[in-house]
Amino acid sequence: MNNFTYSQATGIDNAVNEITGHEKSMFIAGGTNLIDLMKENVLHPDHLIDINGLHLTSIEFLDDGRLFLGALVTNADTAWHPEVEKKYPLLAEAILAGASPQLRNMATNGGNLMQRTRCYYFYDTSTPCNKRTPGSGCSAINGYNRIHAILGTSQHCIAVHPSDMCVALRAINAVVQVKGKAGERLIPIEHFHRLPAYTPQIDNNLAHDELITGIILPREHFNTHYKYLKVRDRASYAFALVSVAVVLRLKEGVIDEIRIALGGVAHKPWRDEGVENWLKDKPATDENFAEAADMILQEAKTFGANDFKPALAKRAIVRACREALNREI
Amino acid sequence: MNNETSYIGQPVNRVDGYAKVTGDAKYAADYNAGGLCYGVVVSAGIARGRIVRIDASAALQLEGVFQVFTHENVSGLAWFNMSYKDMDAPPGKHFRYLQTDMVTYSQQPVALVVAETFELARYAATLVNITYAADAHTTSLTGNLDKARPPKGKKTGFKKPANRGHFEKAFKAAQVTTDVTYYQGAEHHNPMEMHATTVLYYKNGSITVYDKTQGVLNTQSYVKSVFGLSGKKVKVLSPFVGGAFGSALRPQYQLFMAVLAALELKRSVKVMLTRQQMFSFGFRPITQQSLSLGALEDGSLQAISHKAISGTSQFEDYVENIVNWSGMLYHCKNVQQDYKLVSLDTYTPLDMRAPGAVTGVFGLECAMDELAYKLHMDPLELRRINYSVEDGSMKKPYSSKALMDCYEQAAARFGWSKRNPRPGSMKNGHLLTGWGMATGMWDAMTVPARAKATFTADGKLTVGSATADIGTGTYTIMTQIAAETLGLPIDHVTFQLGDASLPFAYLEGGSATAASVGTAVQQACLQIRERLLSLAKDIPDSPFRELSIEQITFADGKMYMSETPANFIHLKDILTLTATDAVNVTSTPLPNIFKQMKYAKNTHSAVFVEVQVDEELGSVKVSRVVSAVAAGRILNPKTARSQIVGGIVWGISGALYEESVMDHQFGRFINHNYAEYHIPVNLDINDIEVIFVEENDDVVNPLGVKGVGEIGQVGVAAAVANAIYHATGKRIRDLPITLDKLL
Ligand SMILES: Cc1cc2nc3c(=O)[nH]c(=O)nc-3n(C[C@H](O)[C@H](O)[C@H](O)COP(=O)(O)OP(=O)(O)OC[C@H]3O[C@@H](n4cnc5c(N)ncnc54)[C@H](O)[C@@H]3O)c2cc1C
Ligand code: SF4
Repeated sequence: MNNFTYSQATGIDNAVNEITGHEKSMFIAGGTNLIDLMKENVLHPDHLIDINGLHLTSIEFLDDGRLFLGALVTNADTAWHPEVEKKYPLLAEAILAGASPQLRNMATNGGNLMQRTRCYYFYDTSTPCNKRTPGSGCSAINGYNRIHAILGTSQHCIAVHPSDMCVALRAINAVVQVKGKAGERLIPIEHFHRLPAYTPQIDNNLAHDELITGIILPREHFNTHYKYLKVRDRASYAFALVSVAVVLRLKEGVIDEIRIALGGVAHKPWRDEGVENWLKDKPATDENFAEAADMILQEAKTFGANDFKPALAKRAIVRACREALNREI
Repeated sequence: MNNETSYIGQPVNRVDGYAKVTGDAKYAADYNAGGLCYGVVVSAGIARGRIVRIDASAALQLEGVFQVFTHENVSGLAWFNMSYKDMDAPPGKHFRYLQTDMVTYSQQPVALVVAETFELARYAATLVNITYAADAHTTSLTGNLDKARPPKGKKTGFKKPANRGHFEKAFKAAQVTTDVTYYQGAEHHNPMEMHATTVLYYKNGSITVYDKTQGVLNTQSYVKSVFGLSGKKVKVLSPFVGGAFGSALRPQYQLFMAVLAALELKRSVKVMLTRQQMFSFGFRPITQQSLSLGALEDGSLQAISHKAISGTSQFEDYVENIVNWSGMLYHCKNVQQDYKLVSLDTYTPLDMRAPGAVTGVFGLECAMDELAYKLHMDPLELRRINYSVEDGSMKKPYSSKALMDCYEQAAARFGWSKRNPRPGSMKNGHLLTGWGMATGMWDAMTVPARAKATFTADGKLTVGSATADIGTGTYTIMTQIAAETLGLPIDHVTFQLGDASLPFAYLEGGSATAASVGTAVQQACLQIRERLLSLAKDIPDSPFRELSIEQITFADGKMYMSETPANFIHLKDILTLTATDAVNVTSTPLPNIFKQMKYAKNTHSAVFVEVQVDEELGSVKVSRVVSAVAAGRILNPKTARSQIVGGIVWGISGALYEESVMDHQFGRFINHNYAEYHIPVNLDINDIEVIFVEENDDVVNPLGVKGVGEIGQVGVAAAVANAIYHATGKRIRDLPITLDKLL
């Protein structure tokens, strides 16, 4: 860990000003990911801008009825917020499936969107890693890739985005609100994270000098049939091997709308809208869910230690869909 | 006479509990001193090769960095291999840190950066630029089984595998056989407290070493011989240890580093390893084992073959008793055992809680379960049929063995009789419930230990021995033994340990401390009793004058005439009336070797496990464990229970979660942090019930104590694996049983 300077942002514009033009400055929110990465010598910011004092700590309805989650609201406060519990229980369920109570009390919504992969090699500076050191190679492809991606990989990186929250956000069609020098912009969650392709060092489409101010949840909500299923190596405090966020609506006994987002399988929360459309107007049966899963996973590519993931993902999809369907309200 | 000072067998609270929860208990890294500086270790990034160049210039340029120690500037240390040998060293060429340009394992410490602050040292460590010439490395055990060879040399406690009868013949003649292979990866100890040493340096060249260790005397003798110091110059203290599980049996390299830097820089130095560096030294060895069991249709075992191949380092032959249990646990005339090693480019493995037994008994007890199914016999019944009252490998009866009671009590408590043997028979939705059981076995060892005791005129007793308390409760049980033996209120007794100036005690390991140090403490207190009686006789008109020690009772801070308890004297009054300041004694108990030699001395357990397996997703939950333990006399059911529960948790961990994964591309354990090296969390651990069965043993030691530190873990992984089979019909023979193996 290197020495760094530290300042506290006094306002949103001040935070943006502070970071603009300073490639080696970084925002710090809860610090639960950034500090670890600094201690492990993976990241070396020379200046930290503490954004915890910014007034982005509320959850409130916008005039049009959408729900705004401040970037600095903690994961815990988000999950336990009455409106989130009531209207977006999928999100609450996903957040509570992540990390531990202590971490969720520190972790912020903005930080969660920005958290880096847990790839073992990314963390170990003695090994090559294109995400950490572009051009050095990917150690995971021929290495221990139990937790790695099966969809949307490239030959340069097979890492996954480890968040649970983001998988639910993807199913909910959330929008990320960001502020930069040029003003505010909205990034739909599906365009927030990206696939590794040739530049795995870039996790997402947020510019370095942009600040996440909040997450906006659409008015339309699913609080009847939903499920966040997380399959992991121990009951708690482990990242997902595969996770599935499902919301669905029925009409006259058939599926009217279904959304299936997957975590632990790709560099971003994964969705296949084509398959979701295929399920529309079909009966909500295990058989149809299984067929849908096969279609979603058709292109899955495995790397040895993660060979089990397509089979697990398929079962998890069917199970999550079934549990969403059978949810007792 | 109320006898309120009877403590042995009582669930006495930890005497150090308050200090621990309030932060008063200081661990090795908690000590500070004026001018203290900090050392951070740089670990090698390759598994094998040579250091071509170390460029520390950028680090050294930083203001406040004192030195970067490397093989290029460290010299003048001990020359002979013997000097680097420690009490727990396996045979071989013991590793010498910073004395060679050769890299022999990944994460080998190759430099120590010492600076004014920890932050600076840590930063400077990232600036040390090392150029390696890497050689091809060998880190796969299974890929190198053809290189397996018998171990060289001996290690304390290691028993050579022994054959008896004619295995081949008997196996051929057996009516029912199993022939199976099991695999276990490496596990690192990972106690909560990371290894740390603080060395306080004094102007006269002497040092006080606060070390994380399971033996202050081991630390002291290592420092003396490696650095050529006299004992007077090296004080070693280790009053509290935040878990060790064997990891602190050998002096670890932070000790070497801190002492080196302190002596060279003539300053006080602290070195603490990172969590990642906790994967840079000893571990439970990677092992592959094959078991062949042959039985008659009535279940009687005719032939057992147990062969194991473990990894070791290139420089030492770490050995442990993996296969030996198969010659002891059951009655069988024809036993074949074989134990071999493969040298790998790793550090030397290291004793880890119930070393050998955790591995070997896993194999044996899974194989027994497999055999039971082939025999269409209840697995518990198979164990009963083959019950042995003697250790067949030594042809000696057990000093005590209440294993049958363990089976009975645990099975009854668990409800085993209601078990339908058919795999998959208990199904509820997608949840499959399975019940499995296994036997556990460990040694009841006694090691050399002495104790001193001082009783003062204020009625207080101080007892001490250079042993350790690694969280097991040594402070508490020794205090109990002393208080009861001398009949003192427990808060009048202080027990000291973790100080190399105290009387000798062997390493705190092998579950031998309660028995060995406990006996020394008891004896020291018995000696004080004698002395007090003889002092009491000097008091004018003493009513005790004609009495022998057998006619006296010590209780409630008093000495009574047993026959007429109305006659008593306060112990402290004995000192006051005889103008004695203190009574001092040192005990050196000598075990009754002749009596002990006639017996095998072991602890046993029976563990029953219920698992719930998600049939679709493969995830496993251990919903219930009942373990019955026969370990002689239980000194403190509370601390003893904690030991057993801890062992069970680790057994579950080994079965389901834990493995240091070796990346063979780099020859490096790659999941080297607490996020990815999985151990169970609270949510993974459910009902655990511990039963201590009564077991009287007057052979092991006068206290009848056998030790409980390790037995709790042995057999647990097998019981879990067997329960998973019962739930799913799947035999998973490599640990940990992660969900992908059950899909
Ligand atoms: C042991 C462990 C287990 C975990 N398990 C899980 C799990 O199971 N599931 C899961 O989803 N997560 C898990 N986490 C991750 C956790 O959710 C993240 O660490 C957390 O969400 C990060 O939030 P933070 O506020 O602490 O971010 P920080 O560490 O402060 O920042 C992380 C990154 O986000 C950037 N950043 C923060 N806020 C903003 C903003 N407003 N605008 C722009 N950039 C910003 C920072 O510059 C930094 O690059 C785990 C973490 C740990 C340490
Ligand atoms: S998968 Fe990505 S993060 Fe992991 S080693 Fe390869 S490039 Fe680095």
